[in-house]
Parts: sequence; C-alpha cells; structure tokens
Amino acid sequence: MIVRIMGDKQYRMDSCFLDDMNSIDNQIVSHIDKGDVEAYKKDLFRLVSLVRAQGEPLGAENIAISDIVVPPEDLSLEEARRVFAGEGIIKG
Amino acid sequence: MGLLDRMSVVINSKMNKVMDLFEDPRETLDYSYQKQLELLQNVKRGVAEVATSKKRLELQKARLQMNIDKLDSQARESVSAGRDDLAKMALERKTAMQAQSDSLDSQIADLNDQQQKLMAAESRLATKVESFRARKETIKAQYSAAEAQTKITESVTGISEEMADVGLAVQRAEEKTENMKARSAALDELLESGTLEDYTGGDEIDNELAKIKAKSSVDDQLAKIKAEVGKK
Repeated sequence: MIVRIMGDKQYRMDSCFLDDMNSIDNQIVSHIDKGDVEAYKKDLFRLVSLVRAQGEPLGAENIAISDIVVPPEDLSLEEARRVFAGEGIIKG
Repeated sequence: MGLLDRMSVVINSKMNKVMDLFEDPRETLDYSYQKQLELLQNVKRGVAEVATSKKRLELQKARLQMNIDKLDSQARESVSAGRDDLAKMALERKTAMQAQSDSLDSQIADLNDQQQKLMAAESRLATKVESFRARKETIKAQYSAAEAQTKITESVTGISEEMADVGLAVQRAEEKTENMKARSAALDELLESGTLEDYTGGDEIDNELAKIKAKSSVDDQLAKIKAEVGKK
C-alpha cells in the first residue's frame, strides 16, 4: 500500500501494518475526544514514526495515488479537532 | 471515522477544488505551481518578519535589563546614603521587573524555537515545490502525447494529490507564520505600552538620591567656606 505523510513524502508499505496503524488511529481519536494533548502528541508521533521506519520512500519520479494519508507530525490537537469538525485543516 | 480517513477526505476535497478550476489538467498544473510559488514567497517573507520582530523583542529585553541594573545600583547608593526606605523601593521595583524579564525570556525562547521549525518546514516545502515543477512537466508531456488514457488519468490523480498536499502544507506554514507574527506583535505592543516597562519609576528614586547628593555637596561647600572664613 502507498502511504503519504502530509507535507512530507509518500512511502510504500506492507499492508500487514494496516492493523497497527488503525489501532494507533483509534487511540488518537480517543485522545482528541478527551483533549489529552500529551497522549495525542505521543501517539501521533508513534504513527508517523511507524511509517518512516517500516515504509520505503517513493522516489520523486514516482507518481502514485495514496491509500492512506497520515497527518503531519506537528498537527496540533486544535487542528485535528478542526479536521473532525469537517472544517478542513486550514481556517476559512 | 478515524483521523486517517479524515485526512484522506481533506486531501480529496482539496484535490477536487483544484482540479475543478480548469478543464485542461495542464492548465491546472501550471496554475497550481504558480500558486505554490506565490504562497512559498509569502511564507519566506513571513519568516523574515518574525525574525525582525524577534530582534525588536530582544532589544526591548536589553532595555529592561538596563533598567534592572539601574535599580540595583540605585538600591546600593541609597543604602550608602543611609536611606533604607529608598533602597527598599528600588528593590521592590527591581523584583517586579525581573519577573517580567524572566517571562519575556521564555517567550522569546519559544518564538525562537517556532521560528527554527518554520524555517525547516519552509526549506522542505521549497524542495517539494521544485520537485513538483519537474513532475508536472513530465505529466504535461504525457498528456500532450496522448498516451494510454488510464495511465494519464492515474498520473493526473497522483500529481493532483501531490499538488493538494503541497498546497495544504504551504497554507499551513503561512497560517503558522501569521500566528507567530501576531504573537510577537502583541508582546511588542505590551512592552511599548509600558505594561512591562513602566515598573522602573526610577525618576522618583533618582530625585531623592540627587537631593541627598546635592545636600551633601552643599554641606561640603558650607564646611569649606566656614573653614576658610575661620582661618582669617
């Protein structure tokens, strides 16, 4: 599968990591609900690190459609809330 | 729906918005590239402005430190003159100013940290925009040569995803720069308006100390004249 880390690059990754990614994603959602900033930051970093560690970066010559889009690692909890509210990542 | 799914929605909606602009994808690509360059310039300008206002804050901080030093030496002079009441007043002001100065230090350090991150993001984005430029030319050539339609459609979708990603990242960097500029300007205004700075009130202590000095100088001169007159 092709995974994009937003604002960074795309990676080719074995789909066996999909479960791990989904499980971290669920935890992130729960941290956002609770407003637990520290846990949110920690798990977002874990998610991005997993892709960087297990994925193989796609060269600039490749043009591929991503199966999964991972948020940028510095996405703040407020920005994540905005995304959930359907307001997108950018104000206005 | 998790954050990952939401992010795909964000990217897709941005992609659709961009792709709807023109009928011919080649025009979309050129337009998007121009737009990316423009936004990147804004970010660069913003980062430079943040650096300038941070410099101003550092200057203000230096002035604050000078005032603190001045109050400290006033306290010492007052003690020498036997005026503990004045010394206490100077020290109270010094303590209040020191607290302001410490808080300013941490704010400046924080701005500095954010500025460094923004500069790193800016250079990463510049690389992405440059690589986008090369890729868009390849796609445009393919499109013009009317290669297998499915492959082109895939390439166009792929590149428009990249386009959306770069666009969002640059806009995000711009928004961050704006926030930093606002924060730094607010601090600056706070300092200018004297909320931080007027704690000196140094004049009052200065006047008292000057009076003491003047008095002792008058006493000295008087004693001198008396001595001279006495000799005759």
